[in-house]
Amino acid sequence: MLKDITIGQFFPGQSSIHRLDPRVKIIITFVFIVIIFFVRSFIGYGMILAYMALAVILSGVPVRYMLKGLKPLLFIIALTFFINIFFTSGEKVIFKFWFFTLTQEGLLQGVFMGLRLIFLVAGTSLLTLTTSPIALTDGIEHLLQPLKIFRFPVHELAMMMTIALRFIPTLLEETDKIMKAQMARGADFESGNLFQRAKALVPLLVPLFISAFRRADELAMAMESRCYRGGENRTRMKIPKTASRDYIALAVTFLLVLGILLNSYL
Amino acid sequence: MSIVVENLTHVYMKGSPFESVALDDVSFEIQDGEFVGLIGHTGSGKSTLVQHLNGLLKPTKGRIIVDNIDITERTKSSKWLRQHVGLVFQYPEHQLFEETVYLDIAFGPKNLNLSNDEVEKRVREAMELVGLDYDSLKDRSPFEISGGQRRRVAIAGVLAMKPKVLILDEPTAGLDPKGRDEILGQIKDLHRERGMTIILVSHSMEDIAKLVDRIIVMNNSRIALMGKPEEVFSHVDELQEMGLDIPQIAHVIRGLRERGMDVPENIYTVEQAAAAILAMVRGRSNA
Repeated sequence: MLKDITIGQFFPGQSSIHRLDPRVKIIITFVFIVIIFFVRSFIGYGMILAYMALAVILSGVPVRYMLKGLKPLLFIIALTFFINIFFTSGEKVIFKFWFFTLTQEGLLQGVFMGLRLIFLVAGTSLLTLTTSPIALTDGIEHLLQPLKIFRFPVHELAMMMTIALRFIPTLLEETDKIMKAQMARGADFESGNLFQRAKALVPLLVPLFISAFRRADELAMAMESRCYRGGENRTRMKIPKTASRDYIALAVTFLLVLGILLNSYL
Repeated sequence: MSIVVENLTHVYMKGSPFESVALDDVSFEIQDGEFVGLIGHTGSGKSTLVQHLNGLLKPTKGRIIVDNIDITERTKSSKWLRQHVGLVFQYPEHQLFEETVYLDIAFGPKNLNLSNDEVEKRVREAMELVGLDYDSLKDRSPFEISGGQRRRVAIAGVLAMKPKVLILDEPTAGLDPKGRDEILGQIKDLHRERGMTIILVSHSMEDIAKLVDRIIVMNNSRIALMGKPEEVFSHVDELQEMGLDIPQIAHVIRGLRERGMDVPENIYTVEQAAAAILAMVRGRSNA
């Protein structure tokens, strides 16, 4: 059941999207997120869809796999959709029932909000699906370099992120194992009311925390015994390089931004 | 309780890029009261197999019949199944969570909704079975006792469910020789005196040779060899190809035989070897 989580999961591959410079990919994703909020028409969403489809096709990630990542958010998307439909005031009333009023403006607003959420999630998950966690934190570290002027611990932050990401699968595996061990002793995680279920988590969480602390301790020890010191004078094995495909990607993204701004404000 | 496994196949993460076949058409039978050893190198499918036997994993294909009940069909039987087929995971001490040893061992029986008296009786009995002193240990925290004791508390936690079949996944990993011998001795007693059906997953050919009636060898998600220890251990080359081996003492015996010494071929424990070598030496001095 824990293995169904796809948000933040890496989908290994060798496509041109996978090989983009992580810094460029992060910038593009950021621009993409911002520009979604400027879209005001179906033509705009058409452009977004075309851009997204191009990226997904190039990345080689199966569409089915992308949609699976959207499933846990279905409820939130539906909720946003309905709230916007019924609580947006407008002129052209389509129908009225009790205190619900459906207006054309509301319907449009609901559809736009729903689409906005879907593209936000799809766009960001495409980033994590095509970028390995290590490359991602490397990219973030590089992009945050300027903050060093303010004595912001960029390297330490990146290291913390790398470690945290590295331990997600380990902890999931551990959770799975402890869960099974307690189920073998008759524990029941799946039935009962909310209170009973919360109580049933104690035999899972206590060993999990203990093992997380033990692992943290061991990792700290292992890093120290290899003389780890963050930051200053530390060289890296992989130095990111921008290639022509990075500039093409930036150019396409620029065209999208231009198109949407023209569509929304002209 | 007998266990029958028919054409069991299990595929992990089906339909994703991480799809992998962990079990491929595995079939075998385990009789009531048998002591079976399960060997195979890391990733051969042993752990996946044993998790099927008490319903923690559902087969992708195939059937498992425990005590004449098809556990793949009846989904409601999971509680019954987990009570009767006890599974001790690798490093079981990592599952301990309660404040006292008593409460931790009582976790299983309490989940069976037994009366307090019955729970206490079972905890006492389970601790006795694994050689832990009830009165001095029951109120201690499981986190302040020694590693070997912790492991035994965890095994007692499974035994307190009173299973008829006990599956142990590498119960001696990471223990010192004394702790290892004690735990193996107790497992042997459970089989001999209580008549429990036992499945022991192990990497130690010595332990397997000493204890079990029958060996199942897993390799690349399939059963590679199955039979009595002397049958399985006679396939030396095949075992070594799979990254496994025969007990060390068997290598000594083979070496002796290659040098023309008159010792019997199928000897797999140190005790047997000692007796055979003594007999050979005595036979020579008499001649």
